[in-house]
Amino acid sequence: MNKIVEKENFSEKVVKIVVEAPLIAKARKPGNFVIVRVGEKGERIPLTIAGADIAKGTITIIVQKMGVSSTKLCQLEVGEYVTDLVGPLGKPTEIHNVGTVLCCGGGVGVAPLLPIVEGYKKAGNRVITVIAARSKELLILEDEMRKHSDELIVMTDDGSYGRKGLVTEGMEEVIKREKVDECITIGPAIMMKFCSLLTKKYEIPTMASLNSIMVDGTGMCGACRVTVDGKTKFTCVDGPEFDAHKIDFDEMMSRLGGYKEEENDKMDHFQN
Amino acid sequence: MERSEEYIKNERKQEWRVELQKLTKAKDRMAVERVEMTEMAPEERIKSQRVEVNVGLTKEEAMREATRCMDCVNPTCMEGCPVSINIPKFIKNIERGNILEAASVLKETSALPAVCGRVCPQEVQCEQRCFYVEKLNLPSVAIGHLERFAADFERESGVISVPELAESNGVKVAVIGSGPSGLSFAGDMAKLGYDVTVFEALHEIGGVLKYGIPEFRLPNAVVDVEIENLRRMGVKFITNYIVGQTASLDDLKEEGYKAFYVGSGAGLPRFMNIPGENSNGIMSSNEYLTRVNLMGADSEESDTPILRGKNVVVVGGGNTAMDSVRTAKRLGAERAIIVYRRSEEEMPARVEEVHHAKQEGIEFLTLTNPIEYIADENSRVKQIKVQKMELGEPDASGRRRPIPMEGSEYTIDATVVVVAVGVSPNPLIPNSVEGLEVSKWGTIEVVKDKMQSSIPEVFAGGDIVRGGATVILAMGDGRKAAKNMNIYLQEKYLSNKVEH
Repeated sequence: MNKIVEKENFSEKVVKIVVEAPLIAKARKPGNFVIVRVGEKGERIPLTIAGADIAKGTITIIVQKMGVSSTKLCQLEVGEYVTDLVGPLGKPTEIHNVGTVLCCGGGVGVAPLLPIVEGYKKAGNRVITVIAARSKELLILEDEMRKHSDELIVMTDDGSYGRKGLVTEGMEEVIKREKVDECITIGPAIMMKFCSLLTKKYEIPTMASLNSIMVDGTGMCGACRVTVDGKTKFTCVDGPEFDAHKIDFDEMMSRLGGYKEEENDKMDHFQN
Repeated sequence: MERSEEYIKNERKQEWRVELQKLTKAKDRMAVERVEMTEMAPEERIKSQRVEVNVGLTKEEAMREATRCMDCVNPTCMEGCPVSINIPKFIKNIERGNILEAASVLKETSALPAVCGRVCPQEVQCEQRCFYVEKLNLPSVAIGHLERFAADFERESGVISVPELAESNGVKVAVIGSGPSGLSFAGDMAKLGYDVTVFEALHEIGGVLKYGIPEFRLPNAVVDVEIENLRRMGVKFITNYIVGQTASLDDLKEEGYKAFYVGSGAGLPRFMNIPGENSNGIMSSNEYLTRVNLMGADSEESDTPILRGKNVVVVGGGNTAMDSVRTAKRLGAERAIIVYRRSEEEMPARVEEVHHAKQEGIEFLTLTNPIEYIADENSRVKQIKVQKMELGEPDASGRRRPIPMEGSEYTIDATVVVVAVGVSPNPLIPNSVEGLEVSKWGTIEVVKDKMQSSIPEVFAGGDIVRGGATVILAMGDGRKAAKNMNIYLQEKYLSNKVEH
């Protein structure tokens, strides 16, 4: 049982939760994730870690209401408990001083990107960050990103804030302007696919952090398998980050929908 | 704890045993027919994942079966038991009607008697070494059924004994993984007076006993009682803790842990790497069984979804494959089919499981192997292309090697496929502990019979060492490790010389 000590509604659908987890706060590194379970009938769901406070013994997770489990988590209030929380899981991001790094985040993918941006900056890189959302209301962590980046570009689909356009447009502008040594992308699968196609064109090494379906998160179930360079990998123990140019994004996107009908049924059951 | 041969022989000479031996003539003992386990009717039991197939023996049945046991001078059955249960002693206690005493005999050496009585392959262990089988060519004493009876009787009586514990020595040891191996180890170390903490990655204690083996074979409530028993012996349990990730082995050393037992089990499920295998609807038996057994996905109240299908195919021939296919039947599959590349004779599953599966209407397509999965426009599997096989010369496993028959391909309709072709060891511990010697298969290397790894204070056993075996072999490893870790710790920290 882990107590929720802070909660902030970023938007109707996106919630920031700070939860007590002293060991995870100490052990986590950029790129790691946790598995969360809410309620005795709850599902185990993977969520990325957006930050940690070792002194307070807390970690920050940012959740988007998608199905039953994420909605239940978002409905918890300060003082209430998450039934189970385990981590940190997955391999951490390999952060080195490579020169200029382009960090691209979309939607709630901006949350796990934050510790990575911090990490790259700390390692002495020039960090240019592009964050994107459908509209101004859905944009998260702008101030934090600005603080840790040498430059921040904000893109919105509808032009309600920052510049109008997709994340890739902001990226291409940077790539054309200066030499980029490495790129990392986290966000919806379709966004990562197009980021990857873009950087492939410019031959910039790129990592993508995947959010596959998982049950245990420790290598046991194999639900999170993904094809990378023609081989089957497990996102939980081999990832969650892989060479974006080698990921079969189409397969990955279809696998994310592997339980769609069943999840909709659960949602109907939950709402009625 | 470990009983010497002499001790066991002397016990046999106790007054009550001698009286029992005289009470019934050997000829009359042999004339008793082996008891049949009562089973739930197949058409009833397939309606629920949580109805146990084997009902258990009545006290009368158990006492009658116990008279069959000859109380041999040289009980070879015990040699067949990986945890060296004093089999004649517990059976003779049943014969005289002292069932609670029988249960406490089981607990002298086994941390999980109610579990073993249900899932051990007794037919190839203790029962195979029974006097009736070795000398008379008759069905063995039903040791497994009797073990289950004694453990169940004690549990249902509510009068649960706690094994005798040595005085606390204050030495902290950590167990990594709460499956059968870790629990068995924990029980023995607690008896020896150690301060034992078990770390479990999942949110439930029990490992494969909870996430793997279905409730129709092993109810979770039975596992929980055995775990509670360990708690009463002073064993501490911490869930949601992944040693190597949540904290390192070195962190635990700083907290005062002097030695470690790694029983982290088999992790990664194997796939066959054939075209279309990552289509939706195709999953590992680990995933399928975990969703149902651990997460309760067969119930509408559970938030965890499960895939149901009219036609479900399970690939493999082991106990896990049987568990999966019988689960599919219980989830409402009209056709639940085993596809196995060798013949029924080579199936690694217990004969009892295959028999139960057939009673439940499971179809068996043996000498058949999947070669490709065909998906619909939504990437969901709809058909499996299979190939017929024939058996050639025996391979390294001693079983006849299956050889594909050219031109024999055909397709089977299925919207759910469960792949149960084995597992590889979990990489988390081998990857996170520096200096730990690991085989090319990813298993932890240990000194045989000592279970000590290349790091002296780290012992290991069960599937992380064996790659994949049975509950009882994993428990046997836990016992061996406890015995040897005790020697190591006594000499290092307690300045006691121990007889090796």
